[in-house]
Amino acid sequence: MDILFLLIPLSVVLVLAILAGLWWAIHNDQFDDLEKEGERILHDD
Amino acid sequence: MPHSIVNLGYFTMSLNSSEAVMYNDTVVRQFSIMAVIWGVVGMLVGVIIAAQLYIPELNLGLPWTSFGRLRPLHTNAVIFAFGGSALFATSYYVVQRTCQTRLFGGPLASFTFWGWQLVIVAAAISLPLGYTQGKEYAELEWPIDILIALVWIAYAIVFFGTIGKRKVKHIYVANWFFGAFIIAVALLHIVNSAAIPAEFMKSYSAYAGVQDAMVQWWYGHNAVGFFLTAGFLGMMYYFVPKQAERPVYSYRLSIVHFWALIFTYMWAGPHHLHYTALPDWTQSLGMVFSLILLAPSWGGMINGIMTLSGAWHKLRDDPILRFLIVSLSFYGMSTFEGPMMAIKTVNALSHYTDWTVGHVHSGALGWVGLVSMGSLYYMIPRLFGQKQMYSVKAIELHFWMATIGIVLYIAAMWIAGVMQGLMWRGVNPDGTLTYTFVESVKATYPFYALRLLGGLLYLGGMIVMLWNVLKTASVGKSVDVPVPPVAAHA
Repeated sequence: MDILFLLIPLSVVLVLAILAGLWWAIHNDQFDDLEKEGERILHDD
Repeated sequence: MPHSIVNLGYFTMSLNSSEAVMYNDTVVRQFSIMAVIWGVVGMLVGVIIAAQLYIPELNLGLPWTSFGRLRPLHTNAVIFAFGGSALFATSYYVVQRTCQTRLFGGPLASFTFWGWQLVIVAAAISLPLGYTQGKEYAELEWPIDILIALVWIAYAIVFFGTIGKRKVKHIYVANWFFGAFIIAVALLHIVNSAAIPAEFMKSYSAYAGVQDAMVQWWYGHNAVGFFLTAGFLGMMYYFVPKQAERPVYSYRLSIVHFWALIFTYMWAGPHHLHYTALPDWTQSLGMVFSLILLAPSWGGMINGIMTLSGAWHKLRDDPILRFLIVSLSFYGMSTFEGPMMAIKTVNALSHYTDWTVGHVHSGALGWVGLVSMGSLYYMIPRLFGQKQMYSVKAIELHFWMATIGIVLYIAAMWIAGVMQGLMWRGVNPDGTLTYTFVESVKATYPFYALRLLGGLLYLGGMIVMLWNVLKTASVGKSVDVPVPPVAAHA
């Protein structure tokens, strides 16, 4: 099952990338006022 | 007097051309119309092959019209032509509205439209001619694969470029789902389609044997997860609140839903290879990850449906909302059924039977189909300057034809599948098999007829939709909507 030497490291890289995305979102105030953000799309047009 | 008219004309012109930025809805209109047309085509091919299973003579004795060649044409047409066009249309519509900015990349968006249509036409020609890599949902030969990759990279540039120049700081949750779908599909397509070209339209996979099977189902199931789930969840999180005129039940839960889903999805694929040459522990890993997926899936489903909490009466007279909410109940059903079928002991009964076909269609017709139709019914009148679709009664009719069609289809396949599984495992006291294979085929006949009826109803509903969409488009006219001034929304 040599293919797992490709697929498992790929998954690890992906998890790290997803973590980086989550970290970015938290530290860029994406989740500061969730109630307001849920409402906002109702008034976008 | 003439003087002031000239002035007014000049003022209006300058407002349109230099001050007000318009949304790029041309590409949204193109993809929306084509989604409906490809929907009719793809479902028609589905009905033809369902009829072939009931009346094999409908193969016509020709290689080009045989089941083996038309079946990949059906799957490619409904997933990539219908589903893909609906995803392009809705993601371009949603990302512009939620970011309050025009699509990034100018003509690149138009390139994604024409490129994607070219891919579809190439598939519609090459599959009946017998060109295939033999990988399910990844049949297209290498020159088409390269075109897909180019279109997809352009799509990523347009989408993420638009996110990059957004005028709203917060990135709405639907965009996270669309974004994950775009990145994951690029990765899956490139890894799984790696092949050595032997000549024009002929190649050999870069992987061999069970390695190839593992990559194929790593691709195959993640295509379900990211193409057919994450992308359509992006639609759900925008169009359900918009049509219900209420914010999503819990925005907090939608964020948890997104991160939980993408963290846990990638390893469900091995459940397609239970009891094969794949190592046992890899199969078990696939089963465990499939079971875990039930949690985020149901979190999202409940969140979508509960958006109507306190406003259930809207379901009574809004057929578009009914499309969206019933699609969520099919999403809930098939994301319960999927993990259950991934359990090895259940899979021993269900695998290779028509139960799998039923499961796929409860997700495809029920979830993907209905949520796309609901979203298109929301967008299309707005794209053509209308308050509502040409005929609301026709939406109602479509809803019932589709829903009854799905129920007939999946009930027939459930019964057929369990029956086949039980017949195949039936053993006499002396150890011989109770039934020959062909006896199970014969017993399935009535259910193939019932499935054909369900498919015909579903296709009929789609034809009603095409008529309604063309009427709406011809009564209305293409309108360009200006991006509203940001200050009003800050």
